[in-house]
Amino acid sequence: MSAQKPRTLFDKIWDAHVVDTLPDGTALLYIDLHLTHEVTTPQAYDGLRAAGRRVRRPDATLAVVDHNIATDDSRRTGILDPESRLQVETLEKNVAEFGVPYIPLLDDRQGIVHVIGPELGRSLPGMTIVCGDSHTSTHGAMGALAFGIGTSEVEHVLATQTLLQKPAKNMRISVDGNLAYGCTGKDIVLAIIGRIGTAGGTGHVIEYAGDAIRALDMAGRMTVCNMSIEGGARAGMVAPDQTTYDYVAKTPNGPKGEALARAMEWWKTLPTDPGAHFDTVVQLDAHAIAPQVTWGTNPEAVLPITGVVPNPADEADEARRVQMERMIHYMDLTPGQRLQDLAVDVVFIGSCTNSRIEDIRAAAAIAKGRKVADHVRAMVVPGSGLVKKQAEAEGLDRILREAGFEWREAGCSMCLGMNPDKLTPGQRCASTSNRNFEGRQGPGGRTHLLSPAMAAAAALAGRLADVRDYQPKESV
Amino acid sequence: MQAFTKLTGIAAPLPKANVDTDQIIPARFLKSISRSGFGKHLFANFRFMEDGSENPDFVLNQEPYRKAEVLIAFENFGCGSSREHAPWALLDFGIRCVIAPDFADIFHNNSFKNGVLPVRLPKEVCAQLMEDAKMGPNARITVDLEREVVVRPNGEEIPFKIDPLRRHLLLNGLDDIGQTMQHAPAIDSFEAKQKASQPWLYA
Repeated sequence: MSAQKPRTLFDKIWDAHVVDTLPDGTALLYIDLHLTHEVTTPQAYDGLRAAGRRVRRPDATLAVVDHNIATDDSRRTGILDPESRLQVETLEKNVAEFGVPYIPLLDDRQGIVHVIGPELGRSLPGMTIVCGDSHTSTHGAMGALAFGIGTSEVEHVLATQTLLQKPAKNMRISVDGNLAYGCTGKDIVLAIIGRIGTAGGTGHVIEYAGDAIRALDMAGRMTVCNMSIEGGARAGMVAPDQTTYDYVAKTPNGPKGEALARAMEWWKTLPTDPGAHFDTVVQLDAHAIAPQVTWGTNPEAVLPITGVVPNPADEADEARRVQMERMIHYMDLTPGQRLQDLAVDVVFIGSCTNSRIEDIRAAAAIAKGRKVADHVRAMVVPGSGLVKKQAEAEGLDRILREAGFEWREAGCSMCLGMNPDKLTPGQRCASTSNRNFEGRQGPGGRTHLLSPAMAAAAALAGRLADVRDYQPKESV
Repeated sequence: MQAFTKLTGIAAPLPKANVDTDQIIPARFLKSISRSGFGKHLFANFRFMEDGSENPDFVLNQEPYRKAEVLIAFENFGCGSSREHAPWALLDFGIRCVIAPDFADIFHNNSFKNGVLPVRLPKEVCAQLMEDAKMGPNARITVDLEREVVVRPNGEEIPFKIDPLRRHLLLNGLDDIGQTMQHAPAIDSFEAKQKASQPWLYA
């Protein structure tokens, strides 16, 4: 073993979970934690039932509802939409039949699956974590290998606690130096996607490294890892360090005492060895990153807030020019227009990307003592019931409500247009979510992705705005 | 799962890159608890106008492409969400094969699990097939998984490669849970070892 070649964080977690290797090199990979929700599981449980199979590790499985539920008071009196209600009832029936632990809608711990996993201390360093949701990459911030799967794979994990996987390539993205004022994990990851493109990480697992990543708190790391999939990578990871251990130690369900000490012994062996091989290496200077905002309909169409809408005539490649023209038409933009001149109708602060307590604090710091523009509907949707309670204990809800923001219940909300929170055709939204695809937030809706602080600034200005023009007011 | 061996059929040209799964099937249609019936919502935001009527400009609303069994597209097909509803919608509509320069990883996986064959071919070949597809009913394309070739309407054969295990499962219509179950003793012994070394992972 002493002559073993240097390995990456990904290699080490992968190697520790290979149960068996098939003749063609496909690995049977053990899964430590399987997070589930109402949308991508009903067909998987049907499959188990049809084959007479059971759930192999209910204790390594957790179910919650988040995607299709309302985020207003109506949830307390039953789900109004019959299809949503059936999907939630189906999950409740399935978890009861198969003995899977479940956090119900009205439980304080309910929330977005990618918020509650780390928050409860279920997502831990060194783990393999899957969920029928592409933003499972979020949990890689814990120093875990976490990736999204389809429903057939959900069924496979429920039945066998394993997945058939080919190893991914290693990619290191290091962000060096200090972030400038007004910039966050969201600005880092948008700048990264702008650099590598939406397919730049395909076939890779990304390890994020460098001082700027190390300096992020866990929420910031989760934001960065969350959007790995927007750069084409199924998983993104950050090596565990003291920030990680301090976070885990405070979680309700994480290991405690002797178990934690023993776990940390292993976790400390996980960071990438010096000299380990990366197939692809990318480097960014943190101080060169300005607050970012997307202008088009995929996340690589991103610019600093000081930018202007690009001109397709300047694009030499025909396919790219046609795509750019389509984006400009869909987003109702004019080449050369200043991004800061774009008036917004809706501001959404929430989603698995940016709905943690740190995100809500950042928004409240900008909103404090100011008012949302008259024509703007601004909403803040905490990522979980626990985040909501914490924010209320800190008085953040009061600050936000006084500024004119709606303060809502936990859920995926306006990120994906499958619950009552949707854009109407033609509405322009400044959103802290992860996808600006056509129709993502509702048919005909226009999405600009940005950080929570930038979203708060947009709500106040009534247009896309530069957060650096909105210093927090210390006393009100 | 339905096996995929060889098909000869109409190919629909969709000359776009980054066709994401929100385009293939928007999230508002993911509320069904069954695997079938998603075909009527395939590409809903493009196929239908706001009032629900068909958009005559969209390729799948035109003859002969209403009966397309193959879809030709450009780079990064299937990016975005992990929803398996995307291949379910393609399959339910009748599309058994997508040909593109490359695919997003999760969509690529999900397709194989449902008997939908994703074929990677170089961009210039996809551009050629796109032109073939535009010729309509007289330009049938053959996709032969056994021989790993696409046959153009002019008879030219274009080879492609599929991972041998996936090819085997697809040719025989096998699902992989049964296969994995044969490794149960290895899974048992992995769990026993892990439970001893990392007891915090077990309830």
